[in-house]
Amino acid sequence: MISLTSEITTPYHRVPAGAKLAALCLATLAISLAASLWVSLAALACVLVLYFAPGRAFACEGLEKLRPLRIFVAVVLVWHVATGAPAAGVEISARLGAAVGLANLVTMTTRLADMTAVAERLLAPFARLGISPHRLGLAMALVIRFTPVLAAKGALLAEAWRARSPRRPRWRIIAPFTLLAIDDAEHVSQALKARGGVR
Amino acid sequence: MERNLAYITLFTALIAALGLIPKIDLVSGVPITAQTLGVMLCGTVLGARRGALAALLFVFLVALGLPLLAGGRGGLGVLASPTVGYFISFPFAALATGLVFEHWQGRSLALGAGLASVFGGILLVHVCGIAGMSLILQISAPEAAVFALPFLPGDLIKAVVAGLVTASLAKARPDALLWRS
Repeated sequence: MISLTSEITTPYHRVPAGAKLAALCLATLAISLAASLWVSLAALACVLVLYFAPGRAFACEGLEKLRPLRIFVAVVLVWHVATGAPAAGVEISARLGAAVGLANLVTMTTRLADMTAVAERLLAPFARLGISPHRLGLAMALVIRFTPVLAAKGALLAEAWRARSPRRPRWRIIAPFTLLAIDDAEHVSQALKARGGVR
Repeated sequence: MERNLAYITLFTALIAALGLIPKIDLVSGVPITAQTLGVMLCGTVLGARRGALAALLFVFLVALGLPLLAGGRGGLGVLASPTVGYFISFPFAALATGLVFEHWQGRSLALGAGLASVFGGILLVHVCGIAGMSLILQISAPEAAVFALPFLPGDLIKAVVAGLVTASLAKARPDALLWRS
């Protein structure tokens, strides 16, 4: 299981995760509150500079992750041009690009362990409510381990189906797939108990 | 305790794994996936509380930066994108699906699970999703609803599948419907 952190090391990687998250929150809040065309365009320009500063390869990798936004930007622009308010369309698109781009940049340049450490610190006050960091860590590890395991078992199920039927498996493999997850859960719970249980 | 933790984490992994199943791109970039089916199953199998925890764990891990959303997406960018409402709605959807199903009095489990999925996994998800889109794209709710419309047929199929799968699980592994024990 890989994380979304970029393999290309940039100076941003060295900035503490907490500082990056705080800056991201402030910047996003400022762009949203300002809601002005020039602020949004300037923010988008700044974000693009941040993307291209560490080099072309990094920028390409980052911009690739923003591709799903294309459809929304296109629709917003078409809609606002059609209703006679192109400036508003450009403003919303720029703000969207800047906000998502900046957030994506933080994710790309922060290791999962650092992000988890910040989350643990933020969640520490809730420890009394029963959210123990130890359990959360164990839960995270289990999900990270079992997502590829389940995906592989799902692929095997689909293959087994294809070996027997000319049609595509579609929804019929969902029930056995969920059954596999349930059986795995039973095994994991027994294994956890056998190893002394969860405190 | 161990059993709860194991079920919750395995269902979080199930939501993620369902996102890896080959998807149909409606318009490029806007995938129809089985991921909300996983959220529905969280509610119907694990029940309201544990189901919501499983979906919450999923949302938390994606925000932290694991590429668990359909198409390998994830990270903080999801929280700033127009689809944030759909993303945030997952725990509430599982909670609502579970609550409705736990109070289902009828005889057919499939029907109950299906209806619960329609309420939690479709209605609630789209209300949150449309609110998010109209907030971020600054369009009115009916305009945002037009975006959501093409997904409805697929969602209804998912709710039917969730109902049937829940009923067959109740036969195959009666103990697995955690909220009943």
